[in-house]
Parts: sequence; structure tokens; C-alpha cells
Amino acid sequence: MIKKISELHSFKGWLLTFLLLGLAVVLLPLLNMWLPENSTWHVPDYMFPLLGKYLCYALVALAVDLIWGYTGILSLGHGVFFSIGGYGMGMYLMRSIGKEGVYKSDLPDFMVFLDWKELPWYWYGFDNFAFTLLVILVIPGLFAFIFGYFAFKSRIKGVYFAIITQAMTFALMLLFFRNNTGFGGNNGLTDFKRILGYSLQEPSTKMGLYIITALVLFLSYILSRYIIKSKLGRVLIAIRDAESRVMFSGYNTLHYKLAIWTLSAFLCGIAGALYVPQVGIINPSEMQPSNSIEMAIWVAVGGRGTLSGALVGAGLVNGAKSWFTVAAPEYWLYFLGGLFIIVTLFFPRGFVGIFSGSSSKNNKGVILND
Amino acid sequence: MDKPCPLSKSHKLRVDPHSRKMLTRFLGVFVFLIVGLFAFSLCEANDFELAMKDLGNKSRSKIKMAVKRLGNMGNPKALPALEALKNKRLKIDEDGVLIILNEAGDQGRDALYGNPVDLSSLTLHKPRINNSVRRVLSMAIGKLKLTSDSSEVRLEAARDLLKRPSSDLVELIEKALNKENDNEVREIFMLVLAKEGLNSDDKNKRLQSLNTINKFGNNDFKTDLETLLEKNDAGEFLESDPDIRDRAAKAISKIENRQFFINQAANLFYGLSLGSILLLASLGLAITFGLMGVINMAHGEMLMIGAYSTFVVQNLFKEYLPNLFDWYLIAAIPTAFIVSGVIGIIMERTVIRHLYGRPLETLLATWGISLVLIQTVRLIFGAQNVEVANPSYLSGGIQAFSGVVLPFNRIAIIIFVIFVVISVWTLLQKSSLGLQVRAVTQNRGMASCVGISTRKIDMYTFGLGSGVAGLGGLALSQIGNVGPELGQLYIVDSFMVVVLGGVGKIAGTVAGAMGLGVLNKFLEPVAGAVLGKILILVLIIIVIQKRPQGLFALKGRMADN
Repeated sequence: MIKKISELHSFKGWLLTFLLLGLAVVLLPLLNMWLPENSTWHVPDYMFPLLGKYLCYALVALAVDLIWGYTGILSLGHGVFFSIGGYGMGMYLMRSIGKEGVYKSDLPDFMVFLDWKELPWYWYGFDNFAFTLLVILVIPGLFAFIFGYFAFKSRIKGVYFAIITQAMTFALMLLFFRNNTGFGGNNGLTDFKRILGYSLQEPSTKMGLYIITALVLFLSYILSRYIIKSKLGRVLIAIRDAESRVMFSGYNTLHYKLAIWTLSAFLCGIAGALYVPQVGIINPSEMQPSNSIEMAIWVAVGGRGTLSGALVGAGLVNGAKSWFTVAAPEYWLYFLGGLFIIVTLFFPRGFVGIFSGSSSKNNKGVILND
Repeated sequence: MDKPCPLSKSHKLRVDPHSRKMLTRFLGVFVFLIVGLFAFSLCEANDFELAMKDLGNKSRSKIKMAVKRLGNMGNPKALPALEALKNKRLKIDEDGVLIILNEAGDQGRDALYGNPVDLSSLTLHKPRINNSVRRVLSMAIGKLKLTSDSSEVRLEAARDLLKRPSSDLVELIEKALNKENDNEVREIFMLVLAKEGLNSDDKNKRLQSLNTINKFGNNDFKTDLETLLEKNDAGEFLESDPDIRDRAAKAISKIENRQFFINQAANLFYGLSLGSILLLASLGLAITFGLMGVINMAHGEMLMIGAYSTFVVQNLFKEYLPNLFDWYLIAAIPTAFIVSGVIGIIMERTVIRHLYGRPLETLLATWGISLVLIQTVRLIFGAQNVEVANPSYLSGGIQAFSGVVLPFNRIAIIIFVIFVVISVWTLLQKSSLGLQVRAVTQNRGMASCVGISTRKIDMYTFGLGSGVAGLGGLALSQIGNVGPELGQLYIVDSFMVVVLGGVGKIAGTVAGAMGLGVLNKFLEPVAGAVLGKILILVLIIIVIQKRPQGLFALKGRMADN
């Protein structure tokens, strides 16, 4: 097993991976704690939730890359899995507010506001962190499994699949917007106070969440790497490049597609759950079709079909977003739109493809055959 | 104008010559009586003028009396003055002459004789009326309208009567009913009488009223009927007569039945209306998707551009051709088509053609284009919604059933859709361009082999699809808000239409759009708007299980992709 894992990267690759992990998990927190605040190298407290957010996005990009970059299935509905994970965590955080809400009630504020007398049944158990964890790990995957089973079984693929997933996220967004659905309607879940007893306002809690996110991302990366290097990964790439041939060779592609689709949703759900305590809010707008499409562009910008590309793309696009929305908000959409057009037209292999050196000619056929 | 009543004048004139000594007192009295009667009838005619003048009286109670009298007299000539009083357009000059102002308030005419009055030399003040006068006023106006010559005015008045208790008007309505020959007005008169008749003491009259309600009544009568069936705390019926209760129950079920059908008819209409809008939004998408196998995510923005083109044309007309303003919509039809079509062609030539064979990337690239277009429109026209006015011939609507109004703009859109679908169908089926388009749709490689320039066809088709979307935007501008995000509202729905209807056949798109529209409107009252949408989505996914290529898939070799 260990031998297998150690073969996932070359020596240089492992060195780089652990260097980055060390930088994220050890060096940055140390720079924050040890250096005085006025030092150039001091990492301010507010950076950690922000970096944590980017890491969550990177995890989403990893999930999207597995299903799109490696299997060739474009999903425009990954925001749903992200949101389900997020809402799961949000419900736990709401319950742990206790009676400290505006209305001093045992119920979450929005329920008091709606004049609900007791907790709906689907909120039961969210007082318990272990139960919440179980929900976060199971429900997004389960939902994806059911949806994927029906979609893949009837061989919906390509553009049709993209459109159906977009409709799915749109419908769920409408559902969650309703007050009666019981997830806070328009405003979503917010005003969280603490997680597992630690105050969410404390810098140490924020840093802790950031470090957990970084570690989860690292483990997910290793897992993804393990999968794409395995025989499963080869079949997935084969499905991407010529599904009919894979079927004619005796593979039931339904199983493979379903497996990777479910795993992708699973990772996305975890990303959502880590995202919510760091950002402090989850609302239905996370399920807007545009959000899910943006997830695809992170991967496209970084480079489809390479895991490092997905991570880099998420960082680049979201970094640009943070910069634009402050510096030139009216041009952000131009930038994003231009990115969509230019990357697909001129850099189909993304950012990583530009720098990886191998001539684009050789790889074009493989990557571009949707 | 402050002349004395003619009674005193004629009295003097006629009596004086006859006051001879030779005549007995009796004769004198007799003559006096006859003359008096004659004069009285004159006075009756002039009672109207008097009452009219009293409208300008300083005392509110006098005004009130005058209004009541005018109402009871039933002379429709009083109507303009009373309405003017109600709308605060009735004025009095220093001599007490009543003047009705026009709506702009710059011209006036005499209330009694109708001749125009020069306002400049007069100082006008308004009659002092309060709410109690206003109440009497509406009643009097209602009464006068009942006897109006125009059946439309009578209809309006009759509908008005239905809305409030009118026990003191029963005789008047009965009289009006006897004279009435318009069936619609008659029905309503009968309903008004029936409503009053329910409270009568005469059992036969009550049963008759129930019969009338059973025959013509609508939902508004349900509460009245339900009170007849109410029980007290002890569980006994408040209404003792079982016949009445029986009839009332029957009438309720009849009304509910009728209302059910009316609601279904209304749902059908609104469903067709929604379907026609979806059809306009998705027709172009279906054409380009069928031809090139790419989903154009910027298609919604073509709608938006069509709507903004309409807005610009409207403003140009407002600015330069205010007299022909109503025609702006006609002028906007080619404009919207061309502007959207040209932008579509530019899009195809610069981006989409370079992504041929990569449908998923086309999807992302066109999404990028849509973001750029939205932001551009936002920077040019602002992020707020802009207002596109209906031309006068599209405002208003016809009342099909009681409580169901079919707006003209929605009817016009349905007609417009039929026109667009027929044009597109003719273009695709009858023209040589259409033949080439169909050839490329069915088998691109083979079409290319027989000498069709597929690239050119792609470009034209994309222009056509975008142009049709522009027409959709024009239609949308007539019924909803026009803003930069207009397209985003319809894009998911139009994808659903294409997925459901399949590609390559107009009939599929028509069936998909109409089916979704009607289903939506029928599910909405049952399941609520959001759950209805979700149900439809689930339904589409189930349909696609059975028919992955849509309901109306092309058959044959090309079906494999």
C-alpha cells in the first residue's frame, strides 16, 4: 500500500507537494504567531479565513476536475453538492447557537420569525456533531448517486447532461429560497457563534479551521492522485476519450461514471462543510447556475486533466475575483467572461498546459475529444 | 342666472288679465288651478335645472339633496356634471354658474347648456363636498348610468351594483330590467335583484332568487349562499326552511363547478401564453442546437438585446415621431431581429466556429460571451430596469368570463408566435437555404460532400436563431420588465424546452414549449410555483429516461452522435 502511494509522484513531485503542505500548514501559522504585527512577513489574522476559502474552492476544483477533466462529464450542478455539505454544517452551527440568538429562543432565529413552534424533523440530530459529520459525508454523495444513476443509466451525456445538472441546481435553488422549506429562505443560515464549543470569532479557531481545510485538501489530493493512477483512472480517461469503445471492450461504463460522480460530489460536500464556518454564511445563492459554471472555469483556467491545474486554477480565478471586486468591480464580469472565451479558444490545456512544456499538438487529440 | 322660478312669473302673467270683476271667484280659482298645474309641469322640467344649480350651493345638505334628486329623476344629462363633481372637475364662478372642466383643466363648458366658457376672465372655486356627499354621488351616478343609452355604460353600472347592497334601488332596477334588451346586462340586473331577493320574507321570491343565482351566479355569491347553510353552536341550521337550504346547496355546487371550468380555461390561456413566450425564447436555441450540436449559453442575452432594441426604437419614436408612437412596435420587429441576428453572427464568426466539435467548451465560451454582453448593457443602459410602454392598442384586455381578463398584449404575443413559427417553418421547409440547413442538420459530412458550404450555413443559421430570440425579447418587453438580467430568467426554461422537445424539428419545440407552459400553469395552483417547477423538472428527467433524444427526435442514422 505504502509502496503504491509512494509511486504516485516522482521524488521531485513529492518534495514539491510536501513543501507546499508545509508552507500552508506550518510556515504561514508560524509567521502569524511569531512575527510582530508590523513586520513585512507577518501574516495577518484575516488572511486565514480567506486562504481557507480558497482552499475550499480548490477542493471543489479537484472534484470538478475528476468528473470533467478525467471522465469528460461536464457538470454544471456541483454547486448543489457544495451547498448540501454547507447546509449540513450550517444546521449544526445554527443549533449550537443555543439561546443566544436575537429572540433568545431554543429555535433558530428564522424559525421564530416564521412563528414556528417546534423544530422540523429534518433538523433533528444536528445538535450532535458526529451526526452532522455523517450527514455531510453521506448526503451529497447519496444525492449524486441517485441523480447520477438515473442520468447515466439512460445514457444522458455531453451537453444534455450539463443542461440537466444546471436545471437541477436551479430547481434546488428555488426550493431553498422558499421560507417554508425550512432552511432560512433567502437569508440562509448565518450569525454562527461557535463550532464544537470554540468561538468562531477567535483567530485561533479560524486558524484551526484553515489548517484542517489544508489537510483535508492534501488528503483529497492524494486520494484523487491515487485514483487517477489506478486502473480505475485509466478506464475513466478511456471513457472520456471514447466511451463507445470502452463499452465494446466489455466495461460497464455506468459503474465507473457513477463511482467517480459520487466521489466528486462527496469531495464537493466536504468542501462546502469546511467553507461555511470560515465564511460565516450559507444561502441559496450558492446554488445559482452561474456559481456552478464558475467552478468549471476554475478547472479550465488551471488545466483540465491535471490535478495540479485544478488547484492552481481555483487559486488564480478566485484571487483575481478578490482583486477585481475591490479594485474595478464593473470590469470583473468582462474579465471573467473574457477568461471563459480566451481560455477555451486559445488555451484548451489551461495554465498548467502553457508551462508544462510538452507541445500542445501531441495532447490536443486526447484532451479535446469531449 | 339667479332667475326666480317661472311659476311666479307665469302666475302673474296669466292671472292678471283674467282678474275681472265679472268673473266669479270660483272661476278664478278654477283658472288658477289649471294654470298652476301647467306651471307646475314647467317647473318639473326646470326642477332639473334647479337641482343642477344646487350642485354649486354653499350648503352641503343642499348639494346632497340635489344629487339625490338628480339621481331619482333619471335624466342622463346630469351625468357629466355629477361625474365632474366626483372627479373634482366641477367649478363655480362668482355668479354661481357651474362649469365642467376638461381633464387637462384648461378648457371649460357650461354644465347646464354645454356651451364653451372662456375661463380666463373667471375666478373659479369648487363646490364643498365631503364623504357623505360622495357616497350619495356614486349612488346617483350609478342610477343614472342604469338608464344610459350606451349598453357598455349600463353594463359597468350593473357590475358596480353587484358589489354593494342596493336594497333601495330594487324598483329602479326592476324598471331598468324591463326595458333592457342586452342579455349580458339583463343577467347582471337579475343577479342584483336575486341578491336582494335572498333577504326577502317571501319564500317564493327567495327560491326564485336562488334559481337565478344557480343559473348565472359566480364565486362572489358563495359567501351569501354559505350563510344560508350555517349552523349555530347547537348544530341547528340558522335557516329553518329545508327547501331554501337544499336550493342553496345546489347553487353552491353549480357555482363551484362553473368556477372550476372558468379557472381551467384561464389556466389554459395563461399556459398557452407562457408557452408562446417559452417558444419564442427557445425556437432559435433549438435551431442552432439541432444544426451545430452546441448549446448557446448566450442565447438568453439575445432575448435581452431584442428587448433593449425595442426600448431604443421606442425612445427614438418618442423623440422624433411622437405622432406615430403607436407604430414603434411594428418598426421594432425588424430592428430587434436584425440587431440580435448580427450580434449572433459576430459571435459565431469570432468564437463559436473555432470551437467546432467541442460542444462543452462552446458552452463555457458562450457563457463568457453572455457575461460580457450583460455587463456591456449594464454599462450602457444602467443596471436598473428600463420601461417599455405598451402601444395603446395593446393595453387593456377583454373580459372573457367574470373575473378572467385576457390582456391584449398576451393575445398579441400568441398571434405573434404563430406568425414567427410559420415564417421560420416556411423558411426551413420551402427555401433553398432551408433545404441546406436541414441537410447540414441531418448529416454534416454528407452535406459538405455534395457541395454545401457548411460554414456559411452555420453562420446564417446562427444569425437566424439569434434573430428569432431577438423577436422573443421584443415580445417579452411587452409583458415584463426589461433589464440586463432578462435573459437569465428564461435560459434554464428554454433549455428545458429544447431538451424535452428534441432538436431538428420545429414541431418538437412547439410541443415542448406549449406542454411546459400549460403544465406549469396547471401545476401552479395545485403545488405552488416553486414545487410546480421542481415537479416539471423531475418529469423532464423521467421523460428523458424514456426518450433520451427528446420527444420528437429525428430518426435514422444521424440520430447517433
